[in-house]
Amino acid sequence: MKFLPMIQLTHEPIDFAALTESVRSTQAGAVVLFLGTVREMTHGRQTVALDYDGYPEMAQAKLKELEAEARTRWPVIEAVIVHRLGHLELGDVSVAVAVSCPHRHQAFDAGRFLIDRLKEVVPIWKKENWIDGSTEWVHPGTDEAVGSRQ
Amino acid sequence: MKTAVKFFARARDLAGTMLLELDLSESATAADLRAVLGVQVPALQPILPSLLIAVGNDYAAPTTRVAGRTDLAVFPPVSGG
Repeated sequence: MKFLPMIQLTHEPIDFAALTESVRSTQAGAVVLFLGTVREMTHGRQTVALDYDGYPEMAQAKLKELEAEARTRWPVIEAVIVHRLGHLELGDVSVAVAVSCPHRHQAFDAGRFLIDRLKEVVPIWKKENWIDGSTEWVHPGTDEAVGSRQ
Repeated sequence: MKTAVKFFARARDLAGTMLLELDLSESATAADLRAVLGVQVPALQPILPSLLIAVGNDYAAPTTRVAGRTDLAVFPPVSGG
């Protein structure tokens, strides 16, 4: 069922069902799917939409590095990471990570590693569109870090 | 030497451009680039200390040589996910 690129940046909605299906394997006893979705409330402020920007060449390279590192640490059968870019509405899926491993602890740990590291090193940025009409880039560690790292 | 720098996210908004050509000394490092940006693009100063510099597909150390590279990028801390 390998019909999707393992690492992907896309402006289209993420088909997480197909993506999950693509990592299923008879070698795996566990499949873990993580979805990041657009949240309405952050520290009491109301979001109406997010805009994601990315540096595609570097983002792809970093995601491949993370996948390779995960494979050195856990017995990953298949791993797929898809991040969406562009304008996303509330509830939309911004990122999906699907991992299959022989056992569930491995799959959970590998999946968590991938999404945690993605948020630290992959050059993608989100811009808040607040309900008052203002917009604000989310840049952790800067003055604009409202809502980051949640 | 002429060196083009790509900007992303808030760095792009503040700089007012996606791409800027700077004149760097031949031995210029990432630390030097940061200093040059502070002078030549004063609008970046509020976020200058937090800006990340990438060479190719990797994050540059302060001592990484950047002059003349064709794949330089400058951007604030990432927030994907």
